[in-house]
Amino acid sequence: MEVRFKLNGKEEEVTTEPYLRLIDLLRDYFNLTGTKEGCGVGECGACTVLMNGRAVNSCLVLAAQANDSEIVTIEGIAEGEVLSSLQKNFLTYGAVQCGFCTPGMVLSASALLDQNPNPTEEEIKDAIAGNLCRCTGYKQIIEAVKETAKETIE
Amino acid sequence: MNEEFSVVGKKIIREDGFDKVTGQAKFGDDYKFDGMLHSVMLRISEAHAKINSIDFSAIEKSEFLFSIITSADIPGTKKVGMIKNDQLVFCDEKVVTPGDVLAMLVGESESQLRSLLSKIKVDYTPLPVLNDPKKSLDKDSILIHPETGTNLIVHHPLRKGDIEKGFSESDEILEQTYTTQLVEHSYIEPEAVIAIPLGTSQGVKIIGSIQNPFTTRRFVANVLNLPLTKVRVHQAHLGGSFGGKDDTMCILSARAAVAAMKTNRPVKIRYTREESILESYKRHPYILNYKVGYAKNGKIKAMKVDILADGGAYVSMSPFVTWRTVVQATGPYEIENVHTDVRAVYTNNPYTGAMRGFGSPQPIFAQESLMDEIAARLRMTPDEIRRVNGLKVGSVTATGQILKDHEVNLVRVLDVACGNTDFITKWKRNKKKKSIAVELNSLSPILNDSQFIKQNDLIKKGIGLAVSFRGCSLGAEGTDAAAAYISIQNDGSVYLDCGLAENGQGLRTTYSIIASEVLGITTDKIIYLELDTGITPDSGPTVASRSTLMGGGAVKNAAEILLERLEKFVKAEFKLGEDDFVSFRENLVFSRRKGLIAKFPEVCKLAYSRGVSLASIGWYKSPNVYWDEEFGQGDAYFTYVYGCQVAEVSVNIATGEVYIDKITAVHDPGKVINRLGAEGQVYGGVTQGAGYGIFEEITTDKGFIRELNFDTYTIPTSKDIDEIKPIFIEGKDSYGPWGAKSLGEPTLELTAAAISNAVCNALGKRFFNLPLNLEEVLLSKKLRPADIKRGSLL
Repeated sequence: MEVRFKLNGKEEEVTTEPYLRLIDLLRDYFNLTGTKEGCGVGECGACTVLMNGRAVNSCLVLAAQANDSEIVTIEGIAEGEVLSSLQKNFLTYGAVQCGFCTPGMVLSASALLDQNPNPTEEEIKDAIAGNLCRCTGYKQIIEAVKETAKETIE
Repeated sequence: MNEEFSVVGKKIIREDGFDKVTGQAKFGDDYKFDGMLHSVMLRISEAHAKINSIDFSAIEKSEFLFSIITSADIPGTKKVGMIKNDQLVFCDEKVVTPGDVLAMLVGESESQLRSLLSKIKVDYTPLPVLNDPKKSLDKDSILIHPETGTNLIVHHPLRKGDIEKGFSESDEILEQTYTTQLVEHSYIEPEAVIAIPLGTSQGVKIIGSIQNPFTTRRFVANVLNLPLTKVRVHQAHLGGSFGGKDDTMCILSARAAVAAMKTNRPVKIRYTREESILESYKRHPYILNYKVGYAKNGKIKAMKVDILADGGAYVSMSPFVTWRTVVQATGPYEIENVHTDVRAVYTNNPYTGAMRGFGSPQPIFAQESLMDEIAARLRMTPDEIRRVNGLKVGSVTATGQILKDHEVNLVRVLDVACGNTDFITKWKRNKKKKSIAVELNSLSPILNDSQFIKQNDLIKKGIGLAVSFRGCSLGAEGTDAAAAYISIQNDGSVYLDCGLAENGQGLRTTYSIIASEVLGITTDKIIYLELDTGITPDSGPTVASRSTLMGGGAVKNAAEILLERLEKFVKAEFKLGEDDFVSFRENLVFSRRKGLIAKFPEVCKLAYSRGVSLASIGWYKSPNVYWDEEFGQGDAYFTYVYGCQVAEVSVNIATGEVYIDKITAVHDPGKVINRLGAEGQVYGGVTQGAGYGIFEEITTDKGFIRELNFDTYTIPTSKDIDEIKPIFIEGKDSYGPWGAKSLGEPTLELTAAAISNAVCNALGKRFFNLPLNLEEVLLSKKLRPADIKRGSLL
């Protein structure tokens, strides 16, 4: 079946099978391997992408459901070599260790900051509660998001 | 605070950070090759069975199938293992645990291959299943590996002093039993590996999520019957490991390699989360019996410890895991009379091996619970009892080792932790004279009127602490040395590599800092090379929190070799006097007399043009250690680190929920190299330790794991711990780069014990079985599905 959608700012049109998941379309067809699969059941959040500005688990979304929507993956966050302020703060505050959860984490936090530029610590924790990280204990991730919000407000 | 250092001790951004926040970093499953085949595993639903025959005839002609890979395709050794070769790469004769793989199908599509699995006919005879490690050593027990003649994997005895004399001199004797649970590493990246055939003269290349490329190389070379040089292992970015991507990845790599050699095509294996949890090894569950004799002043006179570890179906790392346990089983206390036995046994349960902590979180939970209980009996505070018994410079450990050549900062970390948390005041305030835990009667599990809990009385606060000492690196487990390679280019940029593998913790950044500090260049001038066993010198495994200490030592050595060479060259080239002094700082070169004389790249270009070698291999070898197997005596490790964690919790007495308000983690890791990375180790280790303490548990039913994904196996999320405070006491040490030692594992090992002591402080009730989940706190028992009948807790 035909699926038309905007992917990282670019109009795309692909023919896909009805059972294919969005994560497979992104990784296997578009070679956007920044989107990771950690559990396949929507628990770990490593496959998080933005769908019309909302963070979704791309392992729970069918490729066909992306029709007419706007998808942003981790590859669409930086502008060339220029990192977003959230990405920069992930580095500055040590929010990255093994880096496997990082793409999903950055996207969940981006979705939060887009909808709520000045979140409380509780709201930050809520926004990333669906993204599991086994390395960092989340503290430096929360710091990075907090600092990004502060910079944006200033 | 680090006036003498320009980069060491500062907050330095990861050298691989950019690639990781942009999605450019390639992990195992992100690699694709032309003609690459996929694979699926054949298993049966049995924990113990003899395989009579496997009939592939129904699928042999399938268009989905490219090849069937079985034991018959293995040209070399069919059994592998970290320490003992007891694990079949393909179990075509017998399965001994549900994760075992009989054969592998290879083809173009994973989903197509999966559809073939149910058509294969496996004829097998189920065998009796052994799940209870307490029964493993019974005379009439079935044997998991009959050829070994016993289910005993290892027995480590330790004898110091005269245990009976110690008990007879004691005023009081206390005996307790503790248990700890099976847990999963839960790296977020499941296993993935690709084997690529390189032709007859070159052998095979392996790329994957591999913790220890040199161990993987050994496994693959043995299985393929090739020399080590014909197996090149390239480490992809590793999506977490925590000790868990060692044996499993070695075996997966061997399977992929056998398939690649047979098909002459690249072959990828990638696991779903369910397969990952099913087949990978876990942390050992322990049963720990402690008997302790002490005087009224709190001084421990004698400690007798008997520990049984469930090794599951394979030896794996059990002998080394339990060896660390025997060294550290009596804790960071000076005790004259010690009698310890640690045994690991075979069962048909999932096998257990290395996991961050490596045989220490279990005895720490026991011994730190015990110390608090002794303190309570003697009306002492938890810190007092530890001060009375704690190790100091010159103390003799349970293994008879005299602590010297480093600052023994046990009491100092304890003091700092107590001072920082106002521990004693809070502990006394929260202390309950008797248990206030709601006791439910399992026959009628309904609260009676007198047990009614007022809304504002639901939450009880508690504070608790735990301390530990930890031997650094491998100790008497084996050879302990590491190598590093530095090559300065003629434009002043630098290649750096080390035989220890990045596991996500940030060792590449740590090594870059060390090289940068010695060479006086900024870290952005350094490119860290990917680890490839064909290029990098073997440095042993990335385990035992040894990377900073051993690999860091090697990097420092390599950089110092080049620095000395460059100093000599600059003196001659710039005609400086013999008594002048050359220094390298921030990409500039200075003479003490003449000031700035050149930029670093200029010096490199000149040196290169004069034929000076700008490459070096650094080496760091640990001092010798000594171990007596019979009595468990000797200098087990060449140095130690010390830590104290304080847990502050809120316990809901109606639901049994333990919420962690704050963990204060005071550690002496020696010199801190990268403050950002060190803090990250504390946050991450404490969080894993808290998961171990309050909810993580893999349960099994006749060997079958119930929690095969993160919907049922819950690990901490962003909402489970309110605050973590890392504090570093940088004790001096004569070993490691500028005295830098270990941190990764100490951060995890203390947390569960501190939490349990805090919950006891809140409720006045002591806990003996991890994890402290709802039912343990509320009912003092673990509920299993079989225990829960509709409307009852019977």
